[in-house]
Amino acid sequence: MSMINYASREINCKIVYYGPGLGGKTTNIEYVYDKVAPNTRGKLISLATETERTLFFDFLPVDLGTIRGFKTRFHLYTVPGQVYYNASRKLILKGVDGIVFVADSQQERHDANVEAMHNLYDNLAEHGHDPRRMPFVIQYNKRDLPNVLSLEALDQALNPTSVPSFEAVGTRGIGVFDTLKAVSKQVIKQLS
Amino acid sequence: MSGAASWSFEESDARRIDVLLGSFLRESHARCALLVDRTGQLITVAGERPDFDSTAFASLAAADFSANDQLASMIGEQEFSTLFHQGEKDSMYLADVARRVILIVLFDERATLGMIRIKVRSMVRELAEIFAQLFQRVMGDGGGSRLESSWVDEAEDEIDRLFGS
Ligand SMILES: Nc1nc2c(ncn2[C@@H]2O[C@H](COP(=O)(O)OP(=O)(O)O)[C@@H](O)[C@H]2O)c(=O)[nH]1
Repeated sequence: MSMINYASREINCKIVYYGPGLGGKTTNIEYVYDKVAPNTRGKLISLATETERTLFFDFLPVDLGTIRGFKTRFHLYTVPGQVYYNASRKLILKGVDGIVFVADSQQERHDANVEAMHNLYDNLAEHGHDPRRMPFVIQYNKRDLPNVLSLEALDQALNPTSVPSFEAVGTRGIGVFDTLKAVSKQVIKQLS
Repeated sequence: MSGAASWSFEESDARRIDVLLGSFLRESHARCALLVDRTGQLITVAGERPDFDSTAFASLAAADFSANDQLASMIGEQEFSTLFHQGEKDSMYLADVARRVILIVLFDERATLGMIRIKVRSMVRELAEIFAQLFQRVMGDGGGSRLESSWVDEAEDEIDRLFGS
């Protein structure tokens, strides 16, 4: 739920990167951090375990600048993928304005993708959100690997409602900004 | 639809809260008070301007509170309505406000925990009332205020510029 702060003239929107563990969510956010102008981004915060896997979340604020008098900012969050961290995933979805589902295109990750998507629907429902009616895009990541599923197969498994989807190679930054641009525009549109 | 609903914090809200936080800071000798919403967004700051990154701070404070909610439920408590983190020089005291907002008080050796605790308790009641009104107003508006379409157009241009077109 975005907040329009008329007192400090700020608008903050929350975008959450969701998906199976090791699908490339953190890679997306790190690429954004590396590539946007340093004066537009805040600190990249990572609450990770000693094995570098996301424990609670990664967080990156990105400033869009001042638009018609309002300092406008996106808060990008990732959630941990592992099943046993569902409590933290739920917390991060609190007040979400837009979702990027990062799917791992590899054949052997099919079940993990589907499971994560079900989990997302369940968790959104708990917050009273209807995923079919909120800013939502899907990223098919790791397209550089040899054993990937076809886009048709991925769409069939993960995208029954035909939300915008993007192919990506997160490690090379391919598709990262296309994905972010699409979801952030949807979020912005919801504010008018 | 709740997904798109936004809420707004008006200048009149800010003034009422500023007055409240201002007198709290004087009476408690705390250095600074911040209000953060449960989703991790900073609402307002009163007192000494903190020299840390307040956006990151707000996000972590909300996470701190949420993690503690989970801990509370594990030991069979509904919630911990306040949290205290003690440092060598600076400490912080966090309190829930109507389950929507978190009050964070930063203080040093000029203040005592006992006094902070007492003053926070009564201030939380007043803040809860203000926020209850505020959220009621937002519900009545059917999801908060909306921005003009020219704002959206400009924001979209800015997205293209920043994220590449
Ligand atoms: N080959 C390949 N590897 C990727 C790609 N994106 C991410 N990875 C790797 O996949 C692993 C997990 O990525 P990470 O971003 O930590 O996943 P997260 O758990 O979803 O945050 C890392 O070793 C990444 O380098 C990609 O597009 N192609």
